Amino acid sequence: MLRDVTIGQYFPGNSIIHRLDPRFKIVITLIYILMLFTGSNVVCLAVGAVYTLIAVFLSRIPLKMFWKSVKPLLPFLLITAVLNVLLVDSGDVYFKWKFLKVTEGGINISVFMIIRIVLLIMGSSLLTYTTSPITLTDAIERLLSPLKLLKFPVHELAMMMSIALRFVPTLIEETDKIMSAQKARGAEIDTGSFLTRAKNMISILVPLFISSFRRADELATAMECRCYNGGEGRTRLRQLKASARDVIALVITLMFYAAAIAVSIIFKHLMK
Amino acid sequence: MAILETRQLTYTYSIGSPFEKTAVDHVDLKIEEGEMVGVMGHTGSGKSTLIQHFNGLLRPTSGQVLLDGQDIWADKKKIRDVRFQVGLVFQYPEYQIFEETVFKDIAFGPRNMGLDDKEIKRRVLETAHDIGLREELLKRSPFDLSGGQKRRVAIAGVMAMEPKVLILDEPTAGLDPAGRDKILSHIKRYHERRKNTILIVSHSMEDIAGFADKILVMNKAKLFCYDDTEKVFGRAEEISEIGLDVPQITKVFMELKKQGLDFGKEVYTVPYARDLLLKHLHGKAGDGQC
Amino acid sequence: MENIIEISGLHFSYPSDGDTEPAEVLKGIDLTIKEGEFVAVLGHNGSGKSTLAKHINAILLPTEGKVVVDGIDTADESRLFELRQRAGMVFQNPDNQIVSSVVEEDVAFALENLGVPYEEMRRRVDESLKAVNMYDYRQHSPSQLSGGQKQRIAIAGIIAMQPKCIILDEPTAMLDPQGRREVMATIKKMNREQGITIVLITHYMDEAAQCDRVVVMDKGTVALDDTPREVFSHVERVMEIGLDVPQVTELAWELRKAGCDIPQDIITEDECVAAIQKLFAAK
Repeated sequence: MLRDVTIGQYFPGNSIIHRLDPRFKIVITLIYILMLFTGSNVVCLAVGAVYTLIAVFLSRIPLKMFWKSVKPLLPFLLITAVLNVLLVDSGDVYFKWKFLKVTEGGINISVFMIIRIVLLIMGSSLLTYTTSPITLTDAIERLLSPLKLLKFPVHELAMMMSIALRFVPTLIEETDKIMSAQKARGAEIDTGSFLTRAKNMISILVPLFISSFRRADELATAMECRCYNGGEGRTRLRQLKASARDVIALVITLMFYAAAIAVSIIFKHLMK
Repeated sequence: MAILETRQLTYTYSIGSPFEKTAVDHVDLKIEEGEMVGVMGHTGSGKSTLIQHFNGLLRPTSGQVLLDGQDIWADKKKIRDVRFQVGLVFQYPEYQIFEETVFKDIAFGPRNMGLDDKEIKRRVLETAHDIGLREELLKRSPFDLSGGQKRRVAIAGVMAMEPKVLILDEPTAGLDPAGRDKILSHIKRYHERRKNTILIVSHSMEDIAGFADKILVMNKAKLFCYDDTEKVFGRAEEISEIGLDVPQITKVFMELKKQGLDFGKEVYTVPYARDLLLKHLHGKAGDGQC
Repeated sequence: MENIIEISGLHFSYPSDGDTEPAEVLKGIDLTIKEGEFVAVLGHNGSGKSTLAKHINAILLPTEGKVVVDGIDTADESRLFELRQRAGMVFQNPDNQIVSSVVEEDVAFALENLGVPYEEMRRRVDESLKAVNMYDYRQHSPSQLSGGQKQRIAIAGIIAMQPKCIILDEPTAMLDPQGRREVMATIKKMNREQGITIVLITHYMDEAAQCDRVVVMDKGTVALDDTPREVFSHVERVMEIGLDVPQVTELAWELRKAGCDIPQDIITEDECVAAIQKLFAAK
């Protein structure tokens, strides 16, 4: 049950998208998000959709995986869409019942919003599917490194992040084990009333906390024994080298952004 | 009648994913009431998956688990009662302790059973005694105890449910020889007093050899063998081939046999080896001296 | 050969936490270990063996006495990193000493901390991974590995520092027999091929039997210190301390007690087989 967490899951691969410099990938994703949010009509989103589909195709990750990351948000999407349809009042009226009105404007906004959010999820999933969390952390550390000058603890935060990532599978496994052990003593975790379940959560959380503290303590000693002394003077095994490929990807993204803006301006003129 | 039985028990992890793996493959098994069974197999042999079926923590992909002749999954709502009848102590159980006193932690299982305070108290005191925890420890915080004591508190927590079948997954893992001997002897005493069925999972054939009536060996998701201890040791060579450690003393007697000194018996403990050698050295008289 | 570890008059007590008396864990230890030796420190839980190990790496500092490792006094804070590079430490729980989510980056961790330049780091990481036979797993996540493999990664992370000495604090206590064999084989190889001094803390007598020298700890002191053969021949003393002797040694001891003419210093199966055959031949 706990093992089925898919959000932010990494799919190892060797596609051109996988091989892009993670720093560029982050910057590109940010530009992409900007593109989705500055585009103000459906045509502009269509450009975004084409861009997304090309990228997904290049990543060789099955579309099914993207559906998996969109699915959990469907109820939320549907509710907002329905609210938009019913509450926005502009353009032709298609249907009317008491104070509820379905209008052209409402439908447009709903469709627009759904596409925008789906594209947003697909784009950010693409980043996490093709970049391992640890590489991502590393890239964020390097992108933020100018902040060190402002005494911002960039290295410490990145180290915390990467240790957290390292221990996620360990702690999930441990939680599973403790849950089974308490179930074997008759604790009701999946069944029973809310109150008994809440009470039984204590039987899982206490051991989990105690073991996490023990782990933290032992890890700290082990790190000191391997001469860890903060970020000062550290070198790295992981080398990030930007190549022509990365620059080209960035340029293409910017071109799509420009195209999106151009298309939407032309579209506006045509609509007049 | 068999207290625990499996019929064509099969369990497959992550069906339909690339990680699909059959951990238990068509296992047929009958464990008689009151037996002390050693369960062996190396990591990934399926033994841990198998024992988690006995108390319904895992549900078979196909096949059945029968407790007292009843399919434990016949009524899904009653699965919790099965867990009280088949107690399972996990590996490193001391990491599951969470209550503020030893008493409360041992009482957690019995309390979940819905017993009254008097009965809970009786059970906690009795099991604490069985496992060798002094009464004054019961008021202490379990987190102040030594590693070996904590382990015994956790075992007591399952014993206090008075299960018909008690399963212990590597109860001696990580303990030093003295701690290991202590836990094993307490379990043995508990078994002698209660006459219930006990399954002990262990990597060490040496540990198991000392007390198990029967030995169950899992290999590559299949039941390799389930038989009387002596008969299983008769297959020591095969067992060592599937990667399990055979006691040193057994290896010595296997080698002696190869070189022509055959005593006609399976040897797996030191006292037995000594008596056997002394008997043969003197002919039949055997006064225990050379 | 030169002494790499010199421990003299070592006493250690954990500081009192208010309501308890400070308990003295180490009560006067004198011990020297030569370069290239393969030493087991055998003892039961609470004998002080792990506390002793932590002194060699300056995780703990003596309350009294002195610990000198490769000429560096462990109390000399200015040479702490130098000390820890020369005497690396591997711990019991394989999970709690792996820092990174990628095997090769974990092996590089110490080198990154020490600021080793990339080219050299790359070379040393690859060499270390090959030495522990884990090179093919360099891109794996530690969570995909078995306990024995994780311990070998931890060992690689130490070897990458090119230490003279490795202290292993019960490295096999949490492993299955397969993992224990892997770790023992790796340690032996390090000792034999690279001449690294090994101090193996353990309570498994079969591991101690594979070493050159066994130091038995009991109640904060050194109870026995000799070759495995000599140490285990003191069957009664070893058992009294709460430790095991090899089954073949125990059998020989039992037979001797019953009046058989059998040597007491048997520690291997082959020796036992030969001795029993001799007994029957003489009959």
